[in-house]
Amino acid sequence: MLTYTLRRLLMAIPTLLFIALVIFLLLELAPGDPMSEIPLTVPPEVKEQMRAALGLDQPWHIRFVLWLNQFFVVEPQVWFDHMFGTSFAEGKGRIISFQSRGPVFDTIGERIPQTLWVVGMSYVVGVLIALPIGIISATRQYSIFDQLGTLISMIGFSVPTFFTGVVLIEFFAVYLGWLPTIYITTLQVNDWSSFMQQLRQMAMPVFVLALFNASQISRYMRASMLDNLSQDYVRTARAKGMTERVVVMKHVLRNSLIPVVTVIALGVPSVFGGAIITEQVFKVNGLGQLLIIAINGNDFPMVMTLTFIFAVLIVVFNLIADILYGILDPRIRYD
Amino acid sequence: MTEVKTRSQWWDVWDQFKTHKGAVIGLGFLIFITLFVLIGPWLWTLDAGKLDVRNKDLRPFYTGLLGTDVKWAWAHPLGTDNLGRDVMANLMAGGQISLAVGWTAMLLALLVGTLIGVVAGYFKRVDGLLMRFTDLVLALPLLPLLLVMMMLFREQLRAVFGPETGIFILIVSGIGITSWMHTARIVRGDVLALKEREFVLAARSIGTPSRRMITRHLLPNVMSPIMVSATLGLASAIITESALSFLGLGFPSDFPTWGKLLFDSTDRMTDFPERVVWPGLCISLTVLAVNYIGDGLRDALDPRIRGL
Amino acid sequence: MSLKKILLGATASLALASMAFADAHEGERGRDGQLNILYWQAVSIMNPYLSAGTKDIEASSMVLDSLGSYDAGGTLVPDLAVEVPTIANGGVSADLTTITWKLQEGLLWSDGTPVTAADVIFSWSYCTADGGGCSQAAKFDGVTAVEALDDLTVKVTFAAPTAFPYGPFVGAQSPIIQAAQFADCLGAKAPECTEANFGPIGTGPFMVTNFLTNDVVEFAANPNYRDPMKPAFATVTLKGGGDAASSGRAVLETGEFDYAWNLQLAPDIINAMAEAGMGTVVSAFGTNIERLEMNLTDPSADLPDGERSTLAHPHPFLTNPLVREALSIAIDRQLLVDVGYGPAGQSSCNLVPAPAIYASDNTSCLTQDLERAAALLDEAGFTVGGDGIRVNADGLRLSILYQTSTNAVRQDVQAIVKDAWNSIGVEVELRNIDASVFFGGDPGSPDTIERFYADVQMYTNNFEGNDPQAYLGAYACDKIPSAETQWAGVNINRVCDPVYDAMVLEYAATTDPVARAALAIKMNDFVTKDSNIIIPLIYRGRVSAHSNTLGGVVMNSWDSEIWNIADWYRIGE
Repeated sequence: MLTYTLRRLLMAIPTLLFIALVIFLLLELAPGDPMSEIPLTVPPEVKEQMRAALGLDQPWHIRFVLWLNQFFVVEPQVWFDHMFGTSFAEGKGRIISFQSRGPVFDTIGERIPQTLWVVGMSYVVGVLIALPIGIISATRQYSIFDQLGTLISMIGFSVPTFFTGVVLIEFFAVYLGWLPTIYITTLQVNDWSSFMQQLRQMAMPVFVLALFNASQISRYMRASMLDNLSQDYVRTARAKGMTERVVVMKHVLRNSLIPVVTVIALGVPSVFGGAIITEQVFKVNGLGQLLIIAINGNDFPMVMTLTFIFAVLIVVFNLIADILYGILDPRIRYD
Repeated sequence: MTEVKTRSQWWDVWDQFKTHKGAVIGLGFLIFITLFVLIGPWLWTLDAGKLDVRNKDLRPFYTGLLGTDVKWAWAHPLGTDNLGRDVMANLMAGGQISLAVGWTAMLLALLVGTLIGVVAGYFKRVDGLLMRFTDLVLALPLLPLLLVMMMLFREQLRAVFGPETGIFILIVSGIGITSWMHTARIVRGDVLALKEREFVLAARSIGTPSRRMITRHLLPNVMSPIMVSATLGLASAIITESALSFLGLGFPSDFPTWGKLLFDSTDRMTDFPERVVWPGLCISLTVLAVNYIGDGLRDALDPRIRGL
Repeated sequence: MSLKKILLGATASLALASMAFADAHEGERGRDGQLNILYWQAVSIMNPYLSAGTKDIEASSMVLDSLGSYDAGGTLVPDLAVEVPTIANGGVSADLTTITWKLQEGLLWSDGTPVTAADVIFSWSYCTADGGGCSQAAKFDGVTAVEALDDLTVKVTFAAPTAFPYGPFVGAQSPIIQAAQFADCLGAKAPECTEANFGPIGTGPFMVTNFLTNDVVEFAANPNYRDPMKPAFATVTLKGGGDAASSGRAVLETGEFDYAWNLQLAPDIINAMAEAGMGTVVSAFGTNIERLEMNLTDPSADLPDGERSTLAHPHPFLTNPLVREALSIAIDRQLLVDVGYGPAGQSSCNLVPAPAIYASDNTSCLTQDLERAAALLDEAGFTVGGDGIRVNADGLRLSILYQTSTNAVRQDVQAIVKDAWNSIGVEVELRNIDASVFFGGDPGSPDTIERFYADVQMYTNNFEGNDPQAYLGAYACDKIPSAETQWAGVNINRVCDPVYDAMVLEYAATTDPVARAALAIKMNDFVTKDSNIIIPLIYRGRVSAHSNTLGGVVMNSWDSEIWNIADWYRIGE
């Protein structure tokens, strides 16, 4: 297992470099331009100078190497300097956003707390709801609980979040006036009342996203449980006189989790990709909002950096999923 | 194997399917909604794009029958939108596109996902390569990808198929090629586990060739995650299409789709709830129907259950 | 004087009345506590020289001031200067080559240091430094020198006589920045000064206390602001993100915020929100015109690359003035206003809708006339064919590809225009393009307004300040975008007429304001009512909303929308 993990980690380096190249070329080819948010009153000559100031007059391969250097050399140095007070990165150019002309990583750092609070929390809540629902639905197939669960999860999945979000706002914020519609990023949680305020402003976006996540995961959980419940080993276990509880929780659950673990592990990177529409509806300015603003404004360094971080997370979590397979199912051998 | 015997096997499947009440109702609804969007426009001949500003913002007939002072007319039983377009005609026209996009994109994603998943899980040599390719596609940002596809292929497709079909092909393939990765990962995981099971080892020991191995032994056993993927895929394709229209990458504004009808009406929800309820119901019920059919099919195809 | 202008005048005097009302709410600085503003496009940077985005310029206008600015009526008023220099008061030289500004005495930066002529000169060198990519460089076009006559007097010298010398240091786009803070940020080093770009030291009513990129900006009242009684608010939070509908809801329906910027929503939606009674919708008109532009060149995809939409291939039917006129009068502009704009729009036939002396008295297009439109097309030789679409004797079909950016209101307008054109036998294919591509000007993209690979396109343009020289000058022959110019160029319709070119030159040389106005009207009429090369649709205003507890708001469409934030105050509960 260890050698497998090490080999996969080594493999990840060329993979990621290749992914970086593909993303870079894709963005290079994309038809947008950072000048799209500049009013039409600004004459073309000035726009040309602005493009040059952003470094866009350089050919793409030079910009790609520059970005690689900034991402893999300069930014870690900046981080190191920050941690230990050294000055390795002095005078070296960091990755600078086209829109804010500030360092991309500083902005990303500002976004991580609210992304983890809202999107991360909703994922955890979603998984915690989904697993028991999936298990119960499968063990009591076609019971009222199962039918209701199916109905709710189908609605949760087929009704888009731009709609559920607005429904919740109209009811809880406009009609009842209980919850705020705007997420305040600068809120300091330091006492009970500010903690309650944080909970209130998180309630609606977390609910919308958790519903969406739970519907998806509970479907996979239920299907996987159903598959295993009809296997021979379950009959054997029952025949041996094991209680239904032990059969389900110990034997069936463990085997059923294998595909579900993939789904859950694959979903984790998407937490960091943010939830673009939900973030927009509730004005939670997380990483999703950052990415969509950057894409709309053709903020090349920001999109490139965010997407690449996303790619790293995907590769890492796929590796984790594969390792988990091996642990959950000892029959699977990678070596 | 004679022909008679094959048919009887499928009759078995159908018999088993019929016992699944949800699946039968689901199938019934799916047939109904398909007829509604296909045959409907022949009976309800109003043009979905026809503006009638004098008759804008009409309410549906049931509010008219219940309420007293609302504006409604039998000519537009489900009301009209803010430009006076007939809601019923739009539901039909929108359904045609949404269902077509949903099914095609879902089938495309399922096909690619299952193929890559099975191959990667079964043949160890290509596993690494295929899974890294999956990582790559997962990491690609959807919006720039679609913008690039639009830029590269829109004119050619428009020239060959006309503006409507051209954009349809673009959107379907866009959604399809960006949504197969989950299916692939899950199918691969299952195949990896199945490969070590006794019945597969047994089949291998009698020298079953790989092709037969996959079609006879592996595929039937990964049906349930595939069915779930299919249900979720259909819904997400319909929704993704509406998100794309919202971002300016979807169909031109004069082609209604269920998702777009829902999106456009969200801001007017409090005054005209029917405009979000109907397209919302259409999407949800279609997805629900497909889900039940999937459930029923899985049970019907599983010989262990069918044999009982 | 049309009814509309009278109404506009009435709004202006109402605005004045409410300002007088504001004076009754005097008191010490910071008395009204916290103010919450919502911009659904989040602020990226607080330095207008590095960004030309409206949101960034308006946010910086809370901190930075210019020498002069435009008030709600479009009149130039002094800001940091003592008065607006004119020929009459000797501030502008008789030969129109210099303008001399005098700073008010005793002005302080928010850090307590004095504002001097050196800061003004520095602002000029900052924007014109090599490699800085200053977005407002056009404001300093033709400026050869900026010198200090004494500590508080600055003389700007132009290379040639300049009839409109109010480009530099006027309006929120070109404010005065502090020399001490930005001294090391010239040219290519501009983006390295992150701290200064996110929190410039200014002379305005507020100063930045916390800046989170593309999210939220927090301000506190500037202790050294020149009016000791202002601003009334001690702190301001400017939150960004979301969309127009959700920010309208936060002010009009839930009352969580005090001010919501740019609510471009269909009138029925915004009216429904306003019914909740928590806030008021306000609008103001500047020079924004939503227009249809006719492509005078052939955008056909059959042409070789590089020749599409170029002068080498005239458009098969849009070069015919009869067709263009028919397309114009077939549109019911009032309907567009009712459905898409409401208080934020008026139907218009002018390219230059304001200021009043520049606005042509041109109302010929306002009444929809489908019969005449049909007759014009008959006259042009296009008769209705078997499928209801007009064809001429050569088999040329009147089929139009009509593109615009993606935006709910624009798509409604597209639907209405398509309906009208269909009814006179013109086939219309609609296309909407993501705004970041459409307005991006990427030379590699086929979907930009400059490429214009469509027959008709729709968008809004305007001019800054109150002089349309550059705006009308756009339709000169040498400004046509083409493959040779990397598709850069502002003459998007590909107008090429020696008569118009002569007028452009004449306008630049004319210095008498009355003669300039007369010529501007002539040029406006040339491209609109005389030829219908540009079909103006809507005179668009800005529309925002403020809470009923917020007083002193006077919308301004000529400068920063929140130009008078120092005068805002809280109305007692």
